Amino acid sequence: MPLVFTLALRNLFHDRLRFVATVIGIVFSIVLVTVQMGLYLGFGRMVTTMIDHASADLWVMPRGTKCFEDPSLLNTRERYRALAISGVADATPVVIGFADWRVAGGATTPVFIVGSDLRSGGLQPWNLVEGRIEALSTPKAVAVDRTYFDRLGVSGMGATAEIRQQPVRVAAVTSGIRSFTTTPFVFMDVDRARTHTGVPSGKATYLIVRLGADANLDHARRQLMSNIDGVEVLTPAEFRERSRSFWLFGTGAGAALFAGALLGVIVGTVVVAQTLYASTKEHLNEFATLRAMGSSRRYIYQVIIWQALLSAVIGFSIAVLIGDLIVRMTAESALPIVITPGLVGGLLVLTIIMCVGSSLAAIVQVTRIDPAMVFTR
Amino acid sequence: MTDPLLEAIGVTKDLGSGAARVAALRGVSLSLGGGELTLLMGPSGSGKTTLLSILGCMLSPTEGTVRICRQPTAGADPEELARLRREHVGFVFQSFHLFPTLSASDNVRLALDVRGEPARAARARSRDALARVGLAHKTKAYPRELSGGEQQRVAIARAIVADPAIILADEPTAALDGENGQAIMKLLAEVAREPGRAVLIVTHDPRLLPFADRVVHIEDGRIIGEERGKPQRNVLEDHA
Repeated sequence: MPLVFTLALRNLFHDRLRFVATVIGIVFSIVLVTVQMGLYLGFGRMVTTMIDHASADLWVMPRGTKCFEDPSLLNTRERYRALAISGVADATPVVIGFADWRVAGGATTPVFIVGSDLRSGGLQPWNLVEGRIEALSTPKAVAVDRTYFDRLGVSGMGATAEIRQQPVRVAAVTSGIRSFTTTPFVFMDVDRARTHTGVPSGKATYLIVRLGADANLDHARRQLMSNIDGVEVLTPAEFRERSRSFWLFGTGAGAALFAGALLGVIVGTVVVAQTLYASTKEHLNEFATLRAMGSSRRYIYQVIIWQALLSAVIGFSIAVLIGDLIVRMTAESALPIVITPGLVGGLLVLTIIMCVGSSLAAIVQVTRIDPAMVFTR
Repeated sequence: MTDPLLEAIGVTKDLGSGAARVAALRGVSLSLGGGELTLLMGPSGSGKTTLLSILGCMLSPTEGTVRICRQPTAGADPEELARLRREHVGFVFQSFHLFPTLSASDNVRLALDVRGEPARAARARSRDALARVGLAHKTKAYPRELSGGEQQRVAIARAIVADPAIILADEPTAALDGENGQAIMKLLAEVAREPGRAVLIVTHDPRLLPFADRVVHIEDGRIIGEERGKPQRNVLEDHA
């Protein structure tokens, strides 16, 4: 083990209380950043969950649509224009919208209706735990997520309620399809979705386009845009990005999450800087001795930077364990915290930058050290 | 006659500025040759430590020339001065200045590590140096587990391990009892026997006089006298 590393390690553990304070500061900071960024990722995934689960090569939508939940409408006759384009295998209308769900006792709760042509498989409920997709083609049939049973006042399959004074019956149950707005999703056939949302016949929110096996996506897209007026044609990735940008940055939610993460970084930096500075000050006599012995400044910087790196790695390791625990605890919540390998890697880099950056104050202090002080102490 | 290992010519050093300006050294000239132990003696405030700092390349003189192994220190920046210390000077301090978190062996090895010596060779040389000061059995001990005399021996091992031409010691026996002080002086006198090495000890303790080949007296920033001490061989024999 290099002696400079040993010295850094021993300096770090010499004052255990200060070391614990440093690690707590780093852990607090990194857990805060992890939670904020995990919420950002979780939120980002939730706002695009419908786009992620739709079987689409292209989305046709009214021009200016900001996100999946945008209720702008287009004419369904455009579907036939789409189908006339070379390479387009199917164009499935999708209707979405908010409505009131009324339970038998008279209480109401808002729901978000997602209606699609269930035979074509454009946007069907997934993670079915009870019932079948085909059952949704029967009269009054809807699919709801079991997470929202309490909210919807239902107990499971066969339960009944009303949407816009029209009776509905739970014919399929899903698991884990949660809405970031906390408004329950209710899946049904597209025609009944129009009825329940008040969308006129002949209108739809989207056309989900699927292409044939040999079709050229760019060509089909250009054709769709030139043949249909007033619409935009986006790939799933583009639509995902647009929805995410709207909800995360258009509403300020993302900025708030980033601000929280930044706060974590600032807190961590200040705590680590303060403790490293104090540690350096306490060992100033030793650093002066090193300097008197002829060590270069670089050698002393290495000791301090090793101290910072060791603090970073130890603090980060604990923070990751806590982060993993939080991920497990929030997995079933309304807004699960998501930690990806990329986020973990990024947080490690951030921790290292934060800790090494924090050592600057200590380094500046050592730079000013007078080796002759060893004669007076 | 061989060139001196350390040479100061007409060194002056002003400390402070303005009305608080003090002349700590006034035209000091001193040279140290190989194979001799020199005592620098003088009362408190006489300029001993300032001269030691300048000779040890820790302070730059206001005027005058310092040459260390024939290399002038004038105009050298702090890193260059550190290099000169690294290559030519070993220090022994009054309060030892050992690293409390490192073992005796690692404390000694540090002097080689800052010189970039490979770890394996450095370990072997550290063990040898500790054996030379009579601490072969204490290599793994930490400073808190050593007596004052043993700590100063470790500090001497650290000063000599890289084989520097000059050893500068600041009151090396001041923190020790008489017996340990004599033992440390005997050790430093042995170190000074080598022809390619000069040892300068700053002290005001007259009990160290028998160990000196030469005694230099300083007062008010000036060298006021110099005398040859008892021959080193006889001193060592007296204390054997």
